[in-house]
Amino acid sequence: MKRLLPLSDQLPLALVHGQPVHQLPADLYIPPDALEVILDAFEGPLDLLLYLIRRQNLDIRDIPIAEVTRQYMDYVELMKAFRLDLAADYLLMAALLAEIKSRLLLPRLTPTNEEDDPRAELVRRLQDYEQCQQAAAVLEALPRLEREHWLVQTSVELPLREQPLPAVDLKALLLAFQAVLQRAEQFKNHQVKREPLSIRERMTQVLIALQAKPQLAFSELFSYEEGRRGVVVSLMAVLELLKAQMIEITQAPEPYAPLYLSRVVAVSA
Amino acid sequence: MKMELVLILEAILLTANQPLTVAQLTQFFTQDESVDSVAIQVALKQLAAQTQERSFDLIETARGYRLQTKQRYSQWVVKHQEEPIPKYSRVFLETLALIAWRQPITRAELEAIRGVAVNANVLKALIERDWVRVLGHKPVPGRPELLGTTKQFLDYFNLKSLDDLPQLAELKDLVV
Repeated sequence: MKRLLPLSDQLPLALVHGQPVHQLPADLYIPPDALEVILDAFEGPLDLLLYLIRRQNLDIRDIPIAEVTRQYMDYVELMKAFRLDLAADYLLMAALLAEIKSRLLLPRLTPTNEEDDPRAELVRRLQDYEQCQQAAAVLEALPRLEREHWLVQTSVELPLREQPLPAVDLKALLLAFQAVLQRAEQFKNHQVKREPLSIRERMTQVLIALQAKPQLAFSELFSYEEGRRGVVVSLMAVLELLKAQMIEITQAPEPYAPLYLSRVVAVSA
Repeated sequence: MKMELVLILEAILLTANQPLTVAQLTQFFTQDESVDSVAIQVALKQLAAQTQERSFDLIETARGYRLQTKQRYSQWVVKHQEEPIPKYSRVFLETLALIAWRQPITRAELEAIRGVAVNANVLKALIERDWVRVLGHKPVPGRPELLGTTKQFLDYFNLKSLDDLPQLAELKDLVV
């Protein structure tokens, strides 16, 4: 590195005076195999520029633009050769360097002062970025958890705290149950089935029974197995037959005497 | 009680899974125990002094007090981990550093300083780690998000506040 210093200081001078100093010292180059890795590691054009400047131990405020530009372009060309994704940022920086270089080459009419230096803006950006790198280094150096320090923690297996259950009194439970029942009521299905016992059929049965016997005790019409419905159907059948005047009902003239059904004898007048 | 308070606090901090502030610590005591924040602060100082002879320190970070192993034991403690400690990439550190020192900062400002587009994955990772959050929006066209760091970030890097970060002016001296 040291050997390069005076040389790189000369280079921009040589160009200003138009001297054809175009060959770079061989050891400015890195073997191409290593380059691929290095190029990938750059965090952008500012990073690459800073790298080039530092490599020559140059002062950031006094960049030999011509030399740095040439080296920068060499790297950009190599990036192209290695087909690395050449971000537009790199090309933009190349253009900026070229612009600064050409401005430096132009003769100046007014005496120069530092603020007019076309490099000033680039220097400011480089310093800004260098500061960013320093900040990153400071951050990296800060002792941090899971690297220098670990939380001191004893693992405590606390028994699962039992959640106190809300008290429920019997009355509330019953009220709730009642509400459920009432609601269930709303959803009850009423299945309507066709009456298995038909009145008309029973009427026929009564008439058939009366054909076999002239008289039938009212109580004989009812069977225990048919239950309440059977009673109703039989009664309805008898009433229907009476209404149609197909049978007669007779009763002995005393209270609670049994009723008797008989056929109506067709009155053939 | 007064004698024991130091050990009680140590027990609470040992079993805590996050830093605890003095206010949070007072809530561990009943009214009858009459332990106020002053008593706790005194006891914490005593505890800190006692840990000098122990393998861990009592430190205060942005989120409160916690116990952590001393740095000089890290080379042994680290062996608990099978995986090597992850190293943060340059882009990760530079992005985080800029947000930490220059907050509130927009993406565009980050890009201007680093000279490259903000890596969306890095920013996402920083936000998912709870180290960076959106503080608000800059009142300029587009209303870009203003990024800043969180208490968790300070906590992780053993910082009590952003003032604990080395001043940028000092850095500038290093640069020039």
